[in-house]
Amino acid sequence: MREIAIVAFAQLPSVPIRAAADEAELVQPVTSEAMSKVGLTQDDIGFTCSGSTDYLIGRPFSFVAAVDGLKAWPPIRESHVEMDGAFALYEAWVRLLHGDIDTALVFSFGKCSLGPVPDILNAQNDPYYVQPLGLDAISAAALQAQALIDAGKASERDFAEVAVRSRTNARNNPNAHLHGELSVEAVLEEPYLSSPLRRSLCSPRSDAAAAVVLAAGDTARRLVKRPAWITGIDHRTEPHSLGQRDLTTSTSAKLAAKKAGVGNAPVDIAELHAPFAPQEIILVEAIGLGDDVQVNPSGGALAANSIMTAGLLRFGEAAQRVLDGEADRAVAHATSGACLQQNLVGVIEASHG
Amino acid sequence: MSELLSAPYLLEYTYSRSPGPVIGRFLESLRYRVLEGVKTGDGRVLCPPLEYDESGESTTGEFVELRPAGTVRSWSWVHEPRPAHPMDRPFAWALIQIDGADNAMVHIVDAGASERMKTGMRVRLRWSEAREGTIRDIACFEPVAPYMPGPVRLEYQVYPGKHYSAYLRGLQAGKLIGGRCPDSGKVYVPPRGASPTGGKPTDEYVEVADRGVLTTFTVVRIPFEGQKLKPPYCFGAILLDASDLPIYHLISGVPYDQIRMGMRVKAKWKPKEEWGPSLENILYFEPTGEPDAPFDAYAEHL
Repeated sequence: MREIAIVAFAQLPSVPIRAAADEAELVQPVTSEAMSKVGLTQDDIGFTCSGSTDYLIGRPFSFVAAVDGLKAWPPIRESHVEMDGAFALYEAWVRLLHGDIDTALVFSFGKCSLGPVPDILNAQNDPYYVQPLGLDAISAAALQAQALIDAGKASERDFAEVAVRSRTNARNNPNAHLHGELSVEAVLEEPYLSSPLRRSLCSPRSDAAAAVVLAAGDTARRLVKRPAWITGIDHRTEPHSLGQRDLTTSTSAKLAAKKAGVGNAPVDIAELHAPFAPQEIILVEAIGLGDDVQVNPSGGALAANSIMTAGLLRFGEAAQRVLDGEADRAVAHATSGACLQQNLVGVIEASHG
Repeated sequence: MSELLSAPYLLEYTYSRSPGPVIGRFLESLRYRVLEGVKTGDGRVLCPPLEYDESGESTTGEFVELRPAGTVRSWSWVHEPRPAHPMDRPFAWALIQIDGADNAMVHIVDAGASERMKTGMRVRLRWSEAREGTIRDIACFEPVAPYMPGPVRLEYQVYPGKHYSAYLRGLQAGKLIGGRCPDSGKVYVPPRGASPTGGKPTDEYVEVADRGVLTTFTVVRIPFEGQKLKPPYCFGAILLDASDLPIYHLISGVPYDQIRMGMRVKAKWKPKEEWGPSLENILYFEPTGEPDAPFDAYAEHL
């Protein structure tokens, strides 16, 4: 299979509100920064792909407006997924496998500051059976968390420990939305939003954008000293209906991890996209990460959650550590849908094969 | 930099949906207050029905009527409902497995309080006033108590007897009265018709102090049927000075983690005008601040 690497990553810091930026103004800074890191311009890019959702901004076809943040004349090859940018990265990876182009630009943007995000996410639920009830995203994740407790797989204290570790790790991440002091006891004293979920067990709502440049084979080697090779990547989806899944595990993440080859060699760090603390516990088990793996050194989605960007940030953060020589083998994960319906797992390594 | 402009903005899609023969049949049946599931090719029942099962196989189109009741498989309590939620008072989201179905339905449970929610609990369907052919024709589910009412009510007249009457009259006057065993000299509060060691009445009444030693205690943290006090509260055994058998009462006026065996305590009385022939004249026992009694001083009374 063709060798494909992440060669550059850029992000706008995740903040509560970025009022002054529209779609183009979110996209232009990160795409230009990512390309300039490896001395490329839009003219050098073979394929451009983005991930975002119009519902977040409340404007139909906002992804079309985002193209204004790119140099799109003469016309470019471009595509979009109504999903997290990590899934756009997956499409770009597939596109590079065709072999006719050597570079791709992937970007995503998310503004959570504009609308009622937990209610907006009800739009992804079943339109006949669930949407009319108004099942918000926090309550859906809470059903999963309670199932985890009932199955004896985790406790509320375990959830709080995930949140505390996330905040602690985020202290070293200048791009994180939340960081600093948080104790397990303080989390356990917070009132329930939807039981058993409390405020700090849920991700914040952030405005941010991210971009990644992919390159194949010798092009990647020419652009950077130490390409972050994607040696395995796989995307799996489970049934839509919450009532037809075992919510206490993630069969799709487990299968994606197996297909991506996570277990073939030791893992240094893992960046997991868990917008709710209990989901990190499910993912660590499903992906098969041991106690020696550092999980979410960036703080993860619990420290910064620009929806549709948080998954691409996981791939970017993991790749950056390989590019910088801080890690030799990293796992990146992104999710989509209610209660971890869809899972994408990638293995990113300093050496290929 | 000039001031940023912003304005409120409402997004609405006034679409209508065509639910098709499977979902449409289910929703239409709700209008007639009939709950149905659909059979899968391998003999399972899905409620709510789907066109295809999770292996991608087409369901059979054969519908079965189900009891409007089920079992909670997971739940989440919402203390402050959001505007889009289907109930404006606290309620639970739940995954409910309808009796006879193999999958679960997302809906809500009107349980009143989170304490009534439990995975595995039984719930029954409550129909909505509206019959619109949507999932909201089901107003909610409500808990089914796992027991039926079985009240007992019998009226008696009680006579406490001579010795207990002396004790209660003492309480009426703000005194704690004990009875001395003529053989052993031990003082029992309240006085007894027969000393447990000598078998004779403890006819010699003595007034004992309203203070003594806390010999042992428990902090009650669980709620139970008929409970008069709100947990947590502390219940202790108090050996009143110059008596030989502890009485039981509430311990208060001190943080629970500072309550200890051997602690000196005294009665906290109600205002005199509220006294009756009852130990309830004493609200609780509270620390006196005196040094603790050594263990040996009360060991034989544990």
